[in-house]
Amino acid sequence: METTYCDRCGEPADGDGHDGCQAARELEPPRFCTHCRRRMKVQVVPTGWTATCVEHGTLTDR
Amino acid sequence: MSTSSVSVLDRARTRVLAEGQGLEEADILEVLRLPDSDIPAALQLAHEVRMRWCGPEVEVEGIVSLKTGGCPEDCHFCSQSGLFSSPVRSVWLDIPSLVKAAQQTAATGASEFCIVAAVRGPDAKLMQQMRDGVKAIKEAVDINVAASLGMLSQEQVDDLVDMGVHRYNHNLETCRSYFPNVVTTHSWEERWGTLKMVRDSGMEVCCGGIIGLGETLEQRAEFAAQLAELQPDEVPLNFLNPRPGTPLGDQPLMDPKDALRAIAAFRLALPRTILRYAGGRELTLGDLGTREGLLGGINAVIVGNYLTTLGRPATSDLELLAELKMPVKALSATL
Repeated sequence: METTYCDRCGEPADGDGHDGCQAARELEPPRFCTHCRRRMKVQVVPTGWTATCVEHGTLTDR
Repeated sequence: MSTSSVSVLDRARTRVLAEGQGLEEADILEVLRLPDSDIPAALQLAHEVRMRWCGPEVEVEGIVSLKTGGCPEDCHFCSQSGLFSSPVRSVWLDIPSLVKAAQQTAATGASEFCIVAAVRGPDAKLMQQMRDGVKAIKEAVDINVAASLGMLSQEQVDDLVDMGVHRYNHNLETCRSYFPNVVTTHSWEERWGTLKMVRDSGMEVCCGGIIGLGETLEQRAEFAAQLAELQPDEVPLNFLNPRPGTPLGDQPLMDPKDALRAIAAFRLALPRTILRYAGGRELTLGDLGTREGLLGGINAVIVGNYLTTLGRPATSDLELLAELKMPVKALSATL
């Protein structure tokens, strides 16, 4: 599937200005589905995280 | 070393290190104003104070969000407020996942597991989740359970004691004079009221806040002095991590040197408390900051991830503790 949106800010991924998003993502889980831009349900626990899009499934840190 | 800093650190050596009494507000402010060249001496003294009055052990804790997002309050730093356009969605953690998180936390050697909910105060559903969750954790794993559920009624305080929650976190976040700039949906005094009820119940009191919210150095000193008046068992020290979509989303990160001054100042204000490195340390101080803090008055860490953001791997902190020859406080030492 094509990656269309930034998983941190939800804006189109091919636009400018995502360097900050990439850097921030080192200490943040994803928040937006890269395929449909939906806000995902994110669970952070001490040793990991999961991020679920109702349409495109669940991502994990593993 | 400057004349004034010789003076304040000398006073601290007598009053805090030798006698175990915290610095008063005016001297806390002097520490926060120390020139860069005096920061190492301040951290060294804070470390000596910690070793003398708390010992070499480091308390390790994991925290987890039972209920994330959708909070009705407007704490301007928080991505979990439902009043801001934050990307954080509301979600509940189920009990099996909560127990698994407690088991994984205990496996790191941690003695503390804090269950947090983004609420003004707990409703009946949340209290039932707590009852079920704490019972399931206690049946599955040996670890102290703490909670952070916002403002409480006396009945809820009593219920948490009955569940076996041994420590309650409720941060004042900042000093009384700056609080209205940060939160408008409830008052500093309401938070103080919950803390007094928790203290009177016999639960341990955990109360700290966030540095770098835009407060002045005078207000930072005021905050440390107000915490000293409360005498909490634990003070978690967070450094603002500006979250997108919140009113403080564009606030600059605090200067790492100011963060180090704050660590020393809070230890010198609170010589006997558990002073915990909490959120924002990775961003503000980098990897080296963990070492400087642990050698500058800090004697507890949150390991792994935070509630909505990520931290250093637990192994990184544990390896550092081993290198510094600082033993992890054992669960048996806390019972």
